[in-house]
Amino acid sequence: MNNISFTRAENIEGAIKKANNKQGKVKFIGGGTNLLDLMKYRVENPDHLIDINELKLSKIESTEVGGLLLGATVTNADTAYHEEVEQRYPLLSKAMLAAASTQLRNMATNGGNLLQRTRCYYFYDTSTPCNKREPGSGCSALEGFNRIHAILGESEHCIASHPSDMAVALAALDATVKVTGEEEGHRSIPILEFHRLPGDTPHIETNLKDGELITGIELPKKGFPEHYAYIKVRDRPSYAFALVSVAAALELDGEEITDIRIALGGVAHKPWRKPEVEKEYYGKKASRENFEALAEKLIEGATGYGDNDFKIPLAKKTIVRALTEAIEK
Amino acid sequence: MIAGTNYIGKSTRRVDGIKKVTGQAPYIAEFNPADLVHGYVINSRIAKGKITSIHREKALKVPGVREIFTHENVPLEVKIDSDYTDPLSPPGSPFRPLYDDKILYNGQPIALIVADTFETAAFAAGLVEVEYEEEDHGEVDLKKNLEQATHEDVPDPAEPRGNAEDAFEDSESKIEAEYYQPREYHNPMEPFASVASWNEEEGSFSIYDKIQGVSSSQGYIAGIFNLEKEKVRVISPFIGGAFGSGLRPQYQLFFAAMASKALKLPVKVVMTRTQMFTFGHRPACLQRVKLSADKTGKLTSIQHEAFSETSKFEKFNETIVDWSGLMYECENVKLDYQLVPLDVYTPMDMRAPGGSTGIFALECAMDELAIETGIDPLELRLINYAEKDQNENKPFSSKELKACYQRAAEKFGWQNRKPEPRSNKQGNKLVGYGMATGVWEAMQQKSSAKAILTAGGKLTVSSGTADIGTGTYTIMSQIAAEMLGISLENVEFKLGDSTLPEAPIEGGSWTASSVGSAVKLVCSKLQETIFAMAAQTNTDIFENKLIENAVFSNGEISVGNSTAIPYVEIIKAAGKKSIEVEVNSEPEDDRSNYSCYSHSCVMVEVHVDEDTGMISVPRVVNAIAGGKILNPKTAESQIIGGVAWGIGMALEEEGMMDSRNGRIMNANLAEYHVAVHADVQEIDVIFVEEQDDIVNPLGAKGLGELGIVGVASAISNALYNATGKRVRELPFTLDKVL
Repeated sequence: MNNISFTRAENIEGAIKKANNKQGKVKFIGGGTNLLDLMKYRVENPDHLIDINELKLSKIESTEVGGLLLGATVTNADTAYHEEVEQRYPLLSKAMLAAASTQLRNMATNGGNLLQRTRCYYFYDTSTPCNKREPGSGCSALEGFNRIHAILGESEHCIASHPSDMAVALAALDATVKVTGEEEGHRSIPILEFHRLPGDTPHIETNLKDGELITGIELPKKGFPEHYAYIKVRDRPSYAFALVSVAAALELDGEEITDIRIALGGVAHKPWRKPEVEKEYYGKKASRENFEALAEKLIEGATGYGDNDFKIPLAKKTIVRALTEAIEK
Repeated sequence: MIAGTNYIGKSTRRVDGIKKVTGQAPYIAEFNPADLVHGYVINSRIAKGKITSIHREKALKVPGVREIFTHENVPLEVKIDSDYTDPLSPPGSPFRPLYDDKILYNGQPIALIVADTFETAAFAAGLVEVEYEEEDHGEVDLKKNLEQATHEDVPDPAEPRGNAEDAFEDSESKIEAEYYQPREYHNPMEPFASVASWNEEEGSFSIYDKIQGVSSSQGYIAGIFNLEKEKVRVISPFIGGAFGSGLRPQYQLFFAAMASKALKLPVKVVMTRTQMFTFGHRPACLQRVKLSADKTGKLTSIQHEAFSETSKFEKFNETIVDWSGLMYECENVKLDYQLVPLDVYTPMDMRAPGGSTGIFALECAMDELAIETGIDPLELRLINYAEKDQNENKPFSSKELKACYQRAAEKFGWQNRKPEPRSNKQGNKLVGYGMATGVWEAMQQKSSAKAILTAGGKLTVSSGTADIGTGTYTIMSQIAAEMLGISLENVEFKLGDSTLPEAPIEGGSWTASSVGSAVKLVCSKLQETIFAMAAQTNTDIFENKLIENAVFSNGEISVGNSTAIPYVEIIKAAGKKSIEVEVNSEPEDDRSNYSCYSHSCVMVEVHVDEDTGMISVPRVVNAIAGGKILNPKTAESQIIGGVAWGIGMALEEEGMMDSRNGRIMNANLAEYHVAVHADVQEIDVIFVEEQDDIVNPLGAKGLGELGIVGVASAISNALYNATGKRVRELPFTLDKVL
């Protein structure tokens, strides 16, 4: 049989030590909702699984600076329905509840959600070339079925998109990913720097180092409870990944924009956000014209690959729609 | 003859419901005979070419692996003088697993690993290295291979009448359109599974198989192994959905039987979900429809041609275009149906095969004609209402379609439809109304049944039919209980065993009609037997009495105002433990003078988000004329299920086959979308009264298929009404309406 070791870590230090001492491929396992599927498809072939569910990472706590720390092993369901998340960060709650299905949300953890892998058909089918699965073998999606694929930030090596809804809201909220490892100890990675664009290394999806463990996600104080919207455009109303999703958050002074955040899902290898473009709209009126101009700039340079051409106009419309809904709240 | 205990026509809970919800109804993969070993199938990764080598060594070394069967070591007996046809084999030569090194389609089973556990077999499968010589990528795209279309071995559609081409040219209003439907895969909840045990001493098989008719598996295995049918016993008590995919034996049956005989051990083979995409499916189909009408909306011509895919080894055909000659009154009709052989597995029947396909095109085209002529779509259908079957030139046995139109329109509020597209808005949502007509043939087949009434008052009726989740156990029990006038609790219906009286394969919506008629007949024979026995011992009461005077009620027989005599006493008085009768039932001769169809009217409301194009179907009304409704509860479930599937067919279902390798790229339930709960909202089912004394002794027409027919067209038509955009290619994903 395929010999896999399965160990339950009792504390963070132990988990990291275990991960670093093992020979072969090591994976931490939380809910396992994506990892186990990938193992059945033989896409992920770990030698060792380290169960992190016993670690004390299952709490949601206030931070000293007035934010909220979401433990890595808290389930997506418990996070989305957490009172403080619902009240202070309704954008995150809404995005998380738009994801997957009830059963999956009850199992999936916050750390695992960030590490879930693309839904590219070719990535899952080991009989087809895929640079993400087998570097250098080629990208089957470029000239294959690519309706669900990226239009922004993609490369000739990979046009896969990131499937998470939660990460899109986190990107809009400027969350920080807390990680711990043997070499660098505790460190924080801003969410926008956590995931990577494919470039010529599509198999490396995050800036997490070998053996590093996500311990939590920190939300800053500001949660945009007044003006927010999460719109997920998908092929069916449940248990379907986003074709395009938009997390929008605004702060207004009358009709004037004082802060604006727009993150997109389903369109790139990572949650897509351009803070430099957003800043140009500080002080401007929260009007449809401005939203349309902003949408245009955010989608600038987008490329379609045939099946996914429709995402370009769709993304623009959805941005405007999300911003409009957000200010009407 | 009047029965006192009424069950027929009453909403009745499933008699097997408790068993199912408590896990006591065994499905095929749950049978575990002693010494069972497990098989795991390896499938081809190319579409066309041959296997140059299969390296088994590594896998054979895995502890627990018993054998690996490939085309190189499969027992010779399944290659020589073996007949692989089954009762529903279309023209051609059926697929023979492991016959040689040739690859006919991507996903073809090419090896079986047998091991002590399923997990060991599945693991070892990953160690088998297969080398191929690819001939080319294979031809798998229907649209790109239309020049291969053929009439050879394809049944002709209904005869042309009048001159459709000329009438089309001369008409004032006309439409011409092309419709496309992709491959769809059945994906019942229960995957295909077989457990086969070879008995060396008796030279016989005992088999549990997921199949819609035990006779199908029995004949198939007997043909392959050159056995008398009696030497193959097939059992299939419960089926977790099949929808047509179980009409023909699937490859896991061959593998389980072959390996069991070779290894002299019981073998179980269960398909994975991905493997559920490696056999029959609803074929991709391209249709072209031309309709024309005069100023009043009267149809002046109908032309309908269809190109459907098939495999390169069998010519699977469906009835797709004939509906266009049947549904509406028209003097000029021309129909054509061709098959396009591709490097895929042979397609097979899927719920309302051909009907849901052909009606999709016809009923969208009718809507296009309604727009063209400026006539309300419902009115247009009434103007062209067919009072007789012009294809066959026969009257209908019954046809209450007008009542369906009327009742559906009332319930739905059709009069509130705004004809102008994009004129009905609710916030960001464009609202559209659409309708379509549905139809399905009301067939009846030969069927047998046996009834045993014991001295303890228990009635057992049996027939080798199947219950694919439709409620066969329940309605047959209802018919038997009513006929004999005994309580439902005292009736047991047995099915799914090849030792039982032969019944047709469960399909075509003919089981209620065919097996139901046999059950009714066997029970009336039992009544006669009871009457005769009672008359012998109670000469005074029964003198000059005919069976027509008898009442069978509460487990007793009475004539006139006489004292009722319990059956139990009659059987005991005759010194017997039980009485038994068996019958063969056949359609009545008179039936052939009529056309027998069930009909429906589907009306739907769709909402389309103006910005995102996301579509929802908040409301469906489906009014059904299906003859006598035996059990309104299970009947309603059948129709709701059909409508739910119709929503998925309209909005989501598509087997995505990559033309570079003939491989289905979304072979799992995350990416092959079917309707989820959130898609299925309000569904109103209306059964209109329909008296039919011709269709069969029960007057019932069968409802398995009808519910899905017309749903996709009604949704397409509603989408047009909502958005002004005509979507002619299934599924109607949001990018097509944006």
